[in-house]
Formats: sequence, C-alpha cells, structure tokens
Amino acid sequence: MAIKTFRGGTHPPHDKPAAGTPIETIKPPAKAIIPLSQHIGAPCEPLVKVGDQVKMGQKIGDSDSFISAPVHASVSGEVVEIAPYPHPDGEAKMAVVIENDGKDTLADDIKPKKMDDLTGEEIIKITKEAGVVGLGGAAFPTHVKLIPPKEGKMDALILNGAECEPYLTVDHRLMVERPEDMIYGARAMMKALQTDKCYIGIEVNKPDAIAAVREAIGGDSSMEVVELEVKYPQGSGKQLVTAVMDGIEVPSGKRSTEVGVQVANTATALAVGDAIQKGMPLIETVVTVAGSGVNGMGNFAVRTGTMASEVIEHAGGLKDNAAKIIWGGPMMGQAQFTLDIPIVKAASGILVFTEDEVVKEEILPCIKCGRCIDVCPAYLLPNTIGNASDKDMVDVAERYNADDCIECGSCSFVCPAKRPLLQWIRLAKGAIAARRSG
Amino acid sequence: MENLAVERKFVISSSPHVRSPETVQKIMIDVLIALVPAVVAAAVFFREEAIIPIIISLVAAMGTEFVLVRKGGFFSDGSAAVTGVLLALCLPPGVAWWICVIGSATAIILGKYIFGGLGSNTFNPALVGRAILLASWGGRMTEWLGPIDLRSTATPLADPGYGAPLMDLFTGNVAGSLGETSAIALLIGGAYLMYKKHINWRIPGTYIISAFILGTLLSPVGTQFDVTSGLFHVLAGGLLLGAIFMATDMVTSPVTPKGQLIFGAGCGILTVLIRIYGMYPEGVTFAILIMNALTPLIDGATKPKIYGEVSK
Repeated sequence: MAIKTFRGGTHPPHDKPAAGTPIETIKPPAKAIIPLSQHIGAPCEPLVKVGDQVKMGQKIGDSDSFISAPVHASVSGEVVEIAPYPHPDGEAKMAVVIENDGKDTLADDIKPKKMDDLTGEEIIKITKEAGVVGLGGAAFPTHVKLIPPKEGKMDALILNGAECEPYLTVDHRLMVERPEDMIYGARAMMKALQTDKCYIGIEVNKPDAIAAVREAIGGDSSMEVVELEVKYPQGSGKQLVTAVMDGIEVPSGKRSTEVGVQVANTATALAVGDAIQKGMPLIETVVTVAGSGVNGMGNFAVRTGTMASEVIEHAGGLKDNAAKIIWGGPMMGQAQFTLDIPIVKAASGILVFTEDEVVKEEILPCIKCGRCIDVCPAYLLPNTIGNASDKDMVDVAERYNADDCIECGSCSFVCPAKRPLLQWIRLAKGAIAARRSG
Repeated sequence: MENLAVERKFVISSSPHVRSPETVQKIMIDVLIALVPAVVAAAVFFREEAIIPIIISLVAAMGTEFVLVRKGGFFSDGSAAVTGVLLALCLPPGVAWWICVIGSATAIILGKYIFGGLGSNTFNPALVGRAILLASWGGRMTEWLGPIDLRSTATPLADPGYGAPLMDLFTGNVAGSLGETSAIALLIGGAYLMYKKHINWRIPGTYIISAFILGTLLSPVGTQFDVTSGLFHVLAGGLLLGAIFMATDMVTSPVTPKGQLIFGAGCGILTVLIRIYGMYPEGVTFAILIMNALTPLIDGATKPKIYGEVSK
C-alpha cells in the first residue's frame, strides 16, 4: 500500500527512546489535585465540598455548557480543599484536592456496558459522562465531536495514530498493548457518528503498532490502517485529513467535518472504549517521560491529579543539569516553570532537557532562504508574517493569513537565522483577535 | 516542593523547543564550498593572474565587513567571504589589486551596509561592486587575457558572430572573467548547492531556458532560428555564474515558488536583450540587478495559495 502524506512539513530528529518500553502503572498519589478545567471549553463547577467523602470515578465537577466535560475523582478519599492550583496551561485554576484513603473504592455508577445494547445517542451520553476529551493535546470534549451531522452523512472517522512529535510514545504503546480496546472504542464512535468507515493513520516508524491494529481489525472491511510517511506535523488534524483523504483540504477557518470526516486520537478512542466496556471515566492517562535531563524514562499510566514531580521521581528523578521542563512534545509542548503541576487528562509527555540543550540562540536577520515557506504545512509565508509581527504590522500579518497558522513550529525549527517565527506569528494572531473583538 | 531537594528554576520559552542544526554561517560555508570548482578552474586557466585577485578580493571584503560590524570574528556569518569570492570571479584576469579592494569595499558598503546589513540589502552586493567598477574603470574591467597563454584577447561575447567552440566554452578554455569561463565547474558547484537544498532549480532553470530560447530566436539584425546561438548565450560570459550563484542569492531573490520562476525568466530575457541591443557586451550584471529591484514587487504579487484557501 502506498505511504501517504501531505505537502510541506519537516523532519525533527525523531528520537523515540521510550518506544519499546511497556506502559507501567504508577502508584496513585497520596493527595490528588484535580483541576476543574482539563479541557477546552467552560470550566466545571465543583459538585463536592470540603469534607465530603468521594469514591474513585465519582463525578466531582460538571458544567451546563455545551462545550465542556465533567471531571472525576481519580482516587477515593476525603475532599480537603477546593482552591486555585498551578495548572499546566500556565495559570492557576480551581482544583479539588482529595486526600487518598488508599482503598480505591469504586463509585456506584461504574458499570460495564455493551456497545451492541447502546444507541448512538447513548454512546454520546456515556462519552460525555465519562469526561472523555481529545487526548491528542487539544482536549476538546469528545462527545461534542461524536454528534452526527444534521444534514448529510459523515463519510469517515479518522483516528490519529501518527504521533509525529519526537519523544512521545503514548499512542504508540497504547496501540501496541491495547489494540482491541482501541478498536472497540472506534466502533462505538463510528456508531455514534453514523459512519461506516474508519481510517487509522499511523506513521510507518511504528510497524509494531500497525501490525497490532491490523490484527485487531481482523477482517472488518469498514476499518483500515493508513500508513503515513514519517514527517512532522503528520499528526495535525488537517494535515492528517489531507494525507488520508488523498489531498482533500479542509477549508480555511472550518473543521474537518466540512469535508465529511471527523478526526480523533487513537488514545481518545481507547478512552471511549473504556467508558463503555469498563464504565470507567477518564481518570488515568499515559504520559511519556523522556529527555536527557531525567534519570530514566518510560511510559507511565498515571491517575489524573498526580503531581508531575511524582511522575518524574518515579521515572528516576531530575539530573542536576536539568534546565527545561516541556509539557508535551518538543515541537508544540509548553515549557513549565515548575513540576508542581497536576497530570491532567490530555497530558501526553513530560520531557526534561539539560542546560546543554537549552541554548539561547542569537537571532540573526532573515536571509530570505525560504526554508520556512517550504516546510509550512498551511502554505503560509512565515517569514513575512513573522517579520511583520515583529514590527507591529498587524495588517500585513492578517493579510498574509496569520490566522491560518496551525502553530506546529516547523518554521522556527528550520530557520537557519534562529528567528522565533512561531512566537511572532502567535503574537500577531493575538493582536488580530484583540482588534476584532474591539 | 517536597520531592526535590532544592527549589529549581526552569527555562521558559515559546515552542518549538528544538531547532535544526542549520545556521546562516553553515549555508555560507556551503556556498564557498560550491565555489571551489570555479576557483580551481580559474587558477588552472589563469594561474597567478586569478589567484592573486581572488585572495585580495576575499580579504578586502571580509576586512571591510569586520571594520563595519566588529563582531562575530573575522569570518563572522561568512557572507562577506562569499561576496568577495563572487566579485573576484567576475573580474578579468590580472586585474589591478586596487580594483579588487575598491570593488570589495564598495560591494560590502554600498551593496549591503547602507541598506542595513545582511538580509536588508535589495541588490546582490557582489554585482553592485562589479557594476560600480564597470562604470568607473570600464577599460580595465574589459581587458581580457587568453587562458593558459595569458595573452591579451577579446571575450567571445564581444564578437558573437565569430563565437568560440562550444566545447571550449563548456570546459572554460576561453577568455573571460575569472569564474565565468568554465561552465562545468559552475555546474558542479550548482549541483552541490541543490544537493544541500540551498538553492532549487527554479531560478537557474528558468534563467537558462529563457536565455536559450531568446538567444535562439533573436539576433542583432532580426529574428532567427539558431540553436548554436542559443547555446552560445547560455555557455558564454557570466550567464551560468549569474544563474547559479548570483540570481539565486537568497536575500535578493523572491521567496515564493512562482516568484522565483518569474525572476529567473526575467533575468534570462534581460541578459540576452542587453547583450544583443545594449551598449555592454555582457548583460548578466544589470539583468540581475534590475530583477533584484523588482523582487519585493514579485514577492508581493505571487503570494501562494494557502492550505484550504476559500475564494472570496
């Protein structure tokens, strides 16, 4: 079968040191700090108060807003505090703090179900109640994405198993270790979406995942693994659609549903599967720990609300020359100033870089080499937008479609003059948004 | 922080957190490597009459840059070294040392620094240097020596009717500027730059093709159809040096794919028109300088279609 891809993109050094390391479950925290916002959309209101006893998997926060996802207790025990805590997003957010009684007493409403007994609407409801969000990074509430189109029909569900970021191996390990459960979740999502086709896009550097998923699919012709070229950002939603659907482009400013496909992460499908098969809400997530600043590495199944510092300690602890903590992958991840932040649902990795790797590069003038243009998967002119932004020329940045930037960082990565192009483009996007809102 | 012995401070910065190893200096070093075959060819054909001007130009360009910038060492980003060698390669063999010095200094000062330094310049610095030398000392700039024997002779371009054997033009066994004579040496350098992905085929390709077509169809007395004339225009004079090393100068050529096609074609057409109808026998310098001036306009007019563009 032909290997598919998109136009543009680049090849960051694709080190995946933890690719062969099986997922290891780490001990639940003594105190779980569970943010009431672990998704895009409205934050939840707490459903518990200080002093309450909660059970594992019990819903402790919810919202009436359409775009939101409930949060659940990841341990059983007593609520000891509801207060703002540092959050991986960079600002303090309200969190429910639970002192773990160590019993992991399950909530009463956690009951396994069977997909065949469920209607599409029920699957959507279960997904919502389980607090499932997109685990590819954006943490968009999954149940919203499972609502079938009002008119017409969804052509296909595309599962994103590209995992194109260096270091991260969460999706990879889950596909290798739990392919049947992932396929189960995918079938449930297809049923909800009322689509009869599912493509699973996987980069060809994960042959074991491709083989495992193919075996789990078996003879089901409605599901198909699509082999993708190893290229960043293959796992970006729109670029994945273009690769899988043979060049179809998602119109600017629109979602992939515009061209009849819905995209979700493979780990998200697994979470949907668990919500049905086990009745389990999303209270545990897998994170990759890697980088030369940490002693040891691996893929760890972690309860939400566990401190990042505990995960790092479990992996072996920081080295003395650790200098930078990255939440996610090295291309799109967010640098953190502290490890005192809780693991949230969509956490995918904690990378630690050393002083030698954290070099402040001198920014040289643009020599117009055009490398950023060659790699931009949105076909923008990152140099023009970046330079305009640096000079506060918001009009120019807007005219050159700064808003269509997907923030993959390929331009900054390739720039030989080490210009912070993406940072400037982000500033321009912010300025454009601020001006529009008045 | 209970789990860590000491409170630690971590670096915060915007993503991406990894950068490619490519640098401006590495690109310039690659351009210098790509110029080695042309320099060697010049040294073989013109011996010390080539080696001395190249060294003087190189040192003068880097020295001027060092005096102006005074940071990053004598080599700095390497762009001055490229300018110095490129300028030397479009000087005649045995040219006076002070011509090299004035040319290099002018290239760096008027070609680059009055615009604000590397990246801000509108025109190719080496060609600015050459244009000013040509306008100031036209006689000295067109005193050619024959290869090997180093006797005074005319450049084949001065008498296109007579022409030189195409094979001699290809190997470089003709009179001309230091780096212009050997087509094969320039092509090897161009292949290296393409292999390293510093240039692409668009500008050199359209430059060569448009010059070939126009050279085939146009003569000083009217239209013609003469493929030999077309090939002559491509191989003679500074066209290949210009197409491969000057027109592709990243700073002064368009960044958009379509813009690069227009730029290359414009260079080729102007070169042949100047050669046939202009007062100078060679048109590469002014053709590229004119297109350099148009580059911002070309870039602005050839904005690529974005991903998922919705027509308005």
